[in-house]
Amino acid sequence: MLFVDYTDCCVRGVTEAQHNRSNITVCAFLAQLDVRKLLQGRVFSQSTDSALDEELQDVTFHTAASQQRSGDDVTSELPQLSVMEGLWCVAAGVFQVWMFVVVFLIMLPAMFGVSLGVTGVYIQVLVKILEWATIRIQRGQKEQPGVPVPLPAGIIERAAGSMEEEMGQLQSPRSLEGGHFALSDAFYFYKKGMESIVDDQVIQRFSSEELASWNLLTRTNQNFRYISLRLTVIWGLGVFVRYCILLPLRMTLAIIGLSWLVVGTTLVGCLPDSSVKDWLSELVHLTCYRICARGLSATIHYHNRENKPQKGGICVANHTTPIDMVILANDGCYAMVGQVHGGLLGVLQRSMVRSCPHVWFERSEMKDRHAVTSRLRAHVAAKTKLPILIFPEGTCINNTSVMMFKKGSFEIGGTVHPVAIKYDPRFGDAFWNSSKYNTVSYLLRTMTSWAVVVNVWYLPPMTLQQDGEDAAQFADRVKSAIARRGGLLDLAWDGGLKRAKVKDSLKEEQQRMYSSIIVGQRAVEGWSEDTEQQ
Amino acid sequence: MGSRASTLLREEEIEEIKKETGFSHSQITRLYSRFTSLDKGENGTLSREDFQRIPELAINPLGDRIINAFFPEGEDQVNFRGFMRTLAHFRPIEDNEKNKNPTASEPLNSRTNKLLFAFHLYDLDRDDKISRDELLQVLRMMVGVNISDEQLGSIADRTIQEADTNGDNSISFNEFIKVLEKVDVEQKMSIRFLH
Repeated sequence: MLFVDYTDCCVRGVTEAQHNRSNITVCAFLAQLDVRKLLQGRVFSQSTDSALDEELQDVTFHTAASQQRSGDDVTSELPQLSVMEGLWCVAAGVFQVWMFVVVFLIMLPAMFGVSLGVTGVYIQVLVKILEWATIRIQRGQKEQPGVPVPLPAGIIERAAGSMEEEMGQLQSPRSLEGGHFALSDAFYFYKKGMESIVDDQVIQRFSSEELASWNLLTRTNQNFRYISLRLTVIWGLGVFVRYCILLPLRMTLAIIGLSWLVVGTTLVGCLPDSSVKDWLSELVHLTCYRICARGLSATIHYHNRENKPQKGGICVANHTTPIDMVILANDGCYAMVGQVHGGLLGVLQRSMVRSCPHVWFERSEMKDRHAVTSRLRAHVAAKTKLPILIFPEGTCINNTSVMMFKKGSFEIGGTVHPVAIKYDPRFGDAFWNSSKYNTVSYLLRTMTSWAVVVNVWYLPPMTLQQDGEDAAQFADRVKSAIARRGGLLDLAWDGGLKRAKVKDSLKEEQQRMYSSIIVGQRAVEGWSEDTEQQ
Repeated sequence: MGSRASTLLREEEIEEIKKETGFSHSQITRLYSRFTSLDKGENGTLSREDFQRIPELAINPLGDRIINAFFPEGEDQVNFRGFMRTLAHFRPIEDNEKNKNPTASEPLNSRTNKLLFAFHLYDLDRDDKISRDELLQVLRMMVGVNISDEQLGSIADRTIQEADTNGDNSISFNEFIKVLEKVDVEQKMSIRFLH
């Protein structure tokens, strides 16, 4: 690279951007300089290779204007205007190339749902590089025993027995009618308590998953360990590619996609209600979401598309990130459910609602569960409306497990279409840790990750069974189906534990279980009836 | 390479903890990751609230007693050394066979030390005796509201009667050990750590 010591630092930018072995194209203003003087006297080049200097003298200069290059005729004064002109024509050229790429290679295919296969190749190349990097790191780890290896199974191995089994083992002569207390009973609780301090199932779900392999994304100095020069170079290259090439491209696409959504839906909203309007609105929505998905380099694999949610149904899915909506909406149109926001999001919401009915709630309405349920019920009952999209967990979980589904969504009635979403963690961390990152920094992180590779499984529709199943049990059944399909762990814990405390009733349940072991089930039930009567 | 920081622990500290507690190098670094993930305030120490945030511990009837065991007299914060020292009581005994050092003092996870740890969880006022009241307190924590006072009282009395050999109506540490002779303390008070 050339670092040109010249008062006008725009020259540096131009020569750096446009240096090329066979010819250098610079604009008019450079021809007015004594370039040879510059190259011989005041150039500091990185390499001390004398061959490089010779090559520079062979360089040809073209001028954008009609002025010919003159080797030794120099005018020492530069009009400032031509500097700006030069800059402008460079910028215009870059912009033209940019827009060409964006419009023809990305936007038009997105409108017609056609893929050019570029992302597929990109993903394959990435996988090869990541595998190579992982092998190098594993080799490096063998040589340096200090590097901690994350154990996928956890730190400890837990005993799987129930409370009764464990207590029974603690003290062998326990009568069947009702045992009695032994000092060692407490050991069971101590051990369980210590185990949960060392490794529990819940807290780890609220922060990003630890990867067994490196995905060239470790960002801070703390996480980055020096293993070898080659890896460091690749990592640095990765940072450059992600921030300087991918990020601007993706931001352009995101802006185009969102503005197209606003404009398009407003235009469609002007039409009278008809099937043409519905079809157009679907086209607009799909196009916009596809552009946004390209804006994230998202590769989405849809499975079992015959089970796609139909009109008048409810679509439920596990929640990992706000991008879930974009992922799902790439393949079909949904009626979104959410709170009315102000600002940019509010503009989006208002324009979307013009072309097809979404369900936006005011903040005050959200508190009244009955109002919410009745409005959703009305939407579902009108069989011509799009299926609603709900995330019953209520909060973002880190895509290793599915946490408790809130039963409110399952009381609406109608057919429930479960969908399982699983992100591939090798390419980027899609999880939104809302306590650590706000929206803007989260979007920045996602746009500077390599890609978003996601598998979406459509499950067969489920309905509430009439044999006395209540909404909570139905919710659990749907949750288990989603967890099984997506390869996620099925947890009964509430996602709300991210911020709220555990309910006391769970502790009381533990106490009841223990009491029935030491005094017998009937004695406990009799006692609680007595206390209730009092 | 995970995405969590685990490089803030110096090698000398790891060696010291290894000598004191008997955990292996990789176990210590893994437990340090866990410590930092619990440390919301990121100040290198854990408070009682940090422990109570663990849902499985919050629903444990004896959760508060266990949390107390981490905090020495009158202190509100526990650092990583203290954390490891308390956890060391729950290391399996058979792991000691590997680093047998005859000149070292009794390891933290010997049978006697495990029993002493459990004894202190009962004996809140540290007078080396489990009185009837202390026993009742623990019992009440374990059963909640499901058993009447009289029944609980009779359970406590019966337990003390069986254990007490010197007639002072409370359980001393030696009497405690005697009662739990047949219990497989090694298995019941040990956590299987993966290497």
